[in-house]
Amino acid sequence: MKNLFLVAYLDIKESIRSKWFYVYTIVFGGLMALFFITGISDSVVMGFSGLSRMILIFMQVTIIILPIFILITTVKSITSDRESNILEYMLSFPISLKDYYWGKMLGRFVVVFMPVIFSLLLGVIFGLFHGGGLPWSMLLLYSALIFSISFVFLGISFFISTVVKSTDIALGISFMVWILLLAFIDIVLIGLMLQGQLNDSVIVTVAMLNPIEVFRIGAITLFDPELTVIGPVAYYLLDTLGSKFLIVYSIIYPIILGLIFATLGFVLFKRKDLL
Amino acid sequence: MIVKVKEVRKSFLNEYVLDGVNLELNSGDRVAILGPNGAGKTTLIRAILGFYHIDSGEILVQGFNPIKSRVEVLKSVSFIPQMPPPIKLSLDELLNYIQKSSDISREQILQEANKMDLDINKNLKKQFLKLSGGMKQKLLIAIAIAKKSSLLIFDEPTANLDPKARESFYKLLEELDSSCTTLFITHRIDEIKELINRKIYMELGKVVEDEIL
Ligand SMILES: Nc1ncnc2c1ncn2[C@@H]1O[C@H](COP(=O)(O)OP(=O)(O)OP(=O)(O)O)[C@@H](O)[C@H]1O
Ligand SMILES: [Mg+2]
Repeated sequence: MKNLFLVAYLDIKESIRSKWFYVYTIVFGGLMALFFITGISDSVVMGFSGLSRMILIFMQVTIIILPIFILITTVKSITSDRESNILEYMLSFPISLKDYYWGKMLGRFVVVFMPVIFSLLLGVIFGLFHGGGLPWSMLLLYSALIFSISFVFLGISFFISTVVKSTDIALGISFMVWILLLAFIDIVLIGLMLQGQLNDSVIVTVAMLNPIEVFRIGAITLFDPELTVIGPVAYYLLDTLGSKFLIVYSIIYPIILGLIFATLGFVLFKRKDLL
Repeated sequence: MIVKVKEVRKSFLNEYVLDGVNLELNSGDRVAILGPNGAGKTTLIRAILGFYHIDSGEILVQGFNPIKSRVEVLKSVSFIPQMPPPIKLSLDELLNYIQKSSDISREQILQEANKMDLDINKNLKKQFLKLSGGMKQKLLIAIAIAKKSSLLIFDEPTANLDPKARESFYKLLEELDSSCTTLFITHRIDEIKELINRKIYMELGKVVEDEIL
């Protein structure tokens, strides 16, 4: 356990020094801060009842950039550590594979999630100065949604980087995963539904399995329980599942999925050649 | 016996890179492993260190299986890779990692480094990869020796060193405890002639010559 935290701590220090971290913090942290600030000012005006255009835009951008950012930076850092023999040297010390793998995972997670916490704080500070009550539950639930989506993509990244040894191929696969998951969010699903090519329940299942779509449904349910903007799939879901269930599901499901991928990755890490 | 390698086979892409290797290293052996590029020297070492899962055969390091008992095995082994890896940690952080994982004191590492005229304290905030090639190699050597392992494995350790540094490196090796086993992979046997008492020649994944000097 001591070594697990050591690995995590060093990974965080190393990430904080790197360029991608700055770009990530500025782009994503800024986005989140704007999101919270807009959310808070709007909530003062209209009690968070309406889903403002701004919030929708921020959410869409998050859906698009967060997964790819996590995938690319994580996959690249793990596979290039292996290709440049850093992994060989670091693992020539008496540290268990469990401590190393999960320590890296913890470190990465802190790094990825840190800007979210900062911008949340920024939003809260802004809200306090702005006056009026803060929509606490909203802020926390949205942060929880971000937590979940970050976690699942981290798990997928670790899985990809243990299965595939070469950086180029691993990056290629990451792109494929990202594009595939993005393609199967509402727009395509609704298209398919309208054309009547697929059974409704198939479409709903696909939607509920796709972590990007799950995040989207969760976020929209949070801000607009009527889900008016996302059309028939959402209506159907809300009708059959209820908004409480949808929110809980969209927080828990990605975490479980992320854990499954991360654990599979760990099993392979132990079973296959390390280098 | 420190290391026992018995009928070890390892293939990459359906081709045997280690093809029935047998090797026993005893306490106090100073071994040079020679052989052409691609003979399987690095692969053999990586298998001994538990990085590779072998297809068949058996490897024991002080009686332990290097994969199943990874931590026990690596506690008593020091390793210096063929090229210093581009580690992005600062020296301070790297030393921190090594001290805590291997339970050695920084003082010991600094002492060994001083013997090769490497001032670590002056460079603590510097990233490892920003050191000069020779400084990196010296630091890795200092760490390996400070660890007081019973088995030291060097994959071409002197490639980046200037003649003076090579001298002091060899001097350090002479100071090693006589029970300590060392394994050098090298293409320059002349340089370490005085340091070895056994010569192993590998070719096409097999040990073809094993000579006690
Ligand atoms: N991870 C790997 N995947 C596929 N092939 C590999 C891998 N590692 C080594 N090989 C192959 O195994 C053979 C032996 O490689 P190895 O690195 O053990 O040689 P070596 O004796 O250390 O050579 P050198 O003197 O050049 O360092 C080479 O043909 C190499 O291409
Ligand atoms: Mg080699």
